Amino acid sequence: MNKALRSPFNIFASHAILLTYTLIALFPVFVILINSFKTRKAIFREPLSLPNADSFSMIGYQTVMRQGDFFLYFQNSLIVTVSSLFFVLLFGAMAAFALAEYRFKGNALMGLYLALGIMIPIRIGTVAILELMVASGLVNTLWALILVYTAQGLPLAVFILSEFMRQVSDDLKNAGRVDGLSEYTIFFRLVLPLVRPAMATVAVFNMIPIWNDLWFPLILAPAENVKTLTLGSQVFIGQFVTDWNAVLSALSLAILPVMVLYVIFSRQLIRGITSGVVK
Amino acid sequence: MSARPKARRFRWHIVVFLTPAVLVYTAIMIFPLFNTLRLALFTEVDNVRVFVGLENFRTLFGDPRWSESFWNALGNNFWFFFVHMLVQNPIGILLAAILSHPRLRFASLYRSAIFVPTILSFVIVGFAWKLILSPIWGIAPGMLDAVGLKFLFAPWLGREEYALTTLALVSVWQFVGIPMMLIYAALLSIPGEILEAGEIDGVTGSSAFWKIKLPLILPSIGIISILTFVGNFNAFDLIYSAQGALAGPDFSTDILGTFMYRTFFGFQLQLGDRHMGSAIATAMFVIILIGVCLYLFGIQTRMRRYQF
Repeated sequence: MNKALRSPFNIFASHAILLTYTLIALFPVFVILINSFKTRKAIFREPLSLPNADSFSMIGYQTVMRQGDFFLYFQNSLIVTVSSLFFVLLFGAMAAFALAEYRFKGNALMGLYLALGIMIPIRIGTVAILELMVASGLVNTLWALILVYTAQGLPLAVFILSEFMRQVSDDLKNAGRVDGLSEYTIFFRLVLPLVRPAMATVAVFNMIPIWNDLWFPLILAPAENVKTLTLGSQVFIGQFVTDWNAVLSALSLAILPVMVLYVIFSRQLIRGITSGVVK
Repeated sequence: MSARPKARRFRWHIVVFLTPAVLVYTAIMIFPLFNTLRLALFTEVDNVRVFVGLENFRTLFGDPRWSESFWNALGNNFWFFFVHMLVQNPIGILLAAILSHPRLRFASLYRSAIFVPTILSFVIVGFAWKLILSPIWGIAPGMLDAVGLKFLFAPWLGREEYALTTLALVSVWQFVGIPMMLIYAALLSIPGEILEAGEIDGVTGSSAFWKIKLPLILPSIGIISILTFVGNFNAFDLIYSAQGALAGPDFSTDILGTFMYRTFFGFQLQLGDRHMGSAIATAMFVIILIGVCLYLFGIQTRMRRYQF
């Protein structure tokens, strides 16, 4: 064992540094949340104290509920995120299986082609993507966003999933072939269940950037009925800049779903990162 | 595999497996990417698209009306990246090094808490910090006052000389979790025997970190650097949320992403220009490509990978 670890001073210093940074990381979120439940006066007079009987107020939330269609935004975000993840995982796993399982001419080249998008951000092509969506009539539909996020997520998904699919035992697949299973059955019935942990990792990696993206909703789907939660809160806050109650409440409402997702998936996310899939 | 007959039927299932991914990826990502590069060579005269070759780039780099904004945005972008490299990565490494001590208590709790800002959207982060740093609300000056440093306070986001650095630090605050996690993973994968061997030779504590662990995690630091580079030269959301499309005050926080957005969509009295927007996107593409190539051929190939 490391000697340095046993010294009480080092242990104390470690905790002091980590605790300090944890406070720095959580402080802004905490301030926003507690102040969203206060009256305007209390927000300014005692910004750091918890809401009490005197200062408690839901007026901000009432404004938000009256003025912005947050349920609709939430629903849009949910549809876009879930559908994009579904297509990224389905198409990504299929392509990864083809690359990992079969030898064919151009296999390596195809792998390289699909990997290009890992490093090149899709935003570079925004001008042409907008033209494409205008031409195909998909502008201001959720489909525009779903397609873009699917394309954006595929390269890394194929890369990670094909690494995992190479580890699935050949004996299992060959036994299936001897039993007369089709390649499709082998993929869906035998291989997919075995790479489920990798699929979960890919899903979690993609989920947060899609949910939080502002650029593509702003450009491809700014209409009221297709606004995502991120864009919706951005626009709402921009309009209510001077209404601090409303702004703080809108921020809290935007934080809430991400925090719920994080609490559910943080283990998966952290395990995914630390298991070294991003090497 | 080798036992298979040579003459076999065309394997349609390979096509079926590959087609959806290749189709979506090509149509929505690769094709628009090259189309954007192509559009940069055109301009619009009386609603007709005209080929002008590299004229847009000459305007962008040479015409003072454009080049001033472009070089400003590019310079700001490099400063933005520089602050990340200088602040984000050392903090990330420090936190990871502390967290990776095998007997530290509450390690997973700290880890999860420090990662929270990373999952928040730029909109939340941008506005939250804007409010906290606002002189109207007074949280930041109040807290500085409490430790006797009130004279240090300035409306950082409103001052030209501080705004960009402040936003870069906000972005560092948000993303410190990523280098922390990646370095943490790299540190955990160092086998105990190596550290024990070092200990026998008298290399312990901080010298074990500098002499044994740091060289072993260099590849991860390389990956983090290139991820940061691509992320920073592609950034937009935070500046847009905190300062708006005009990247104020007086364009002092303008980076390539916001500059491209303004050019593409227009702002105030200036009309949007998709061809100039494409030219800026092309410049971004080239910059990112140079960065990625430098990393792949210059850094990664020289770094030895240790297999345990």
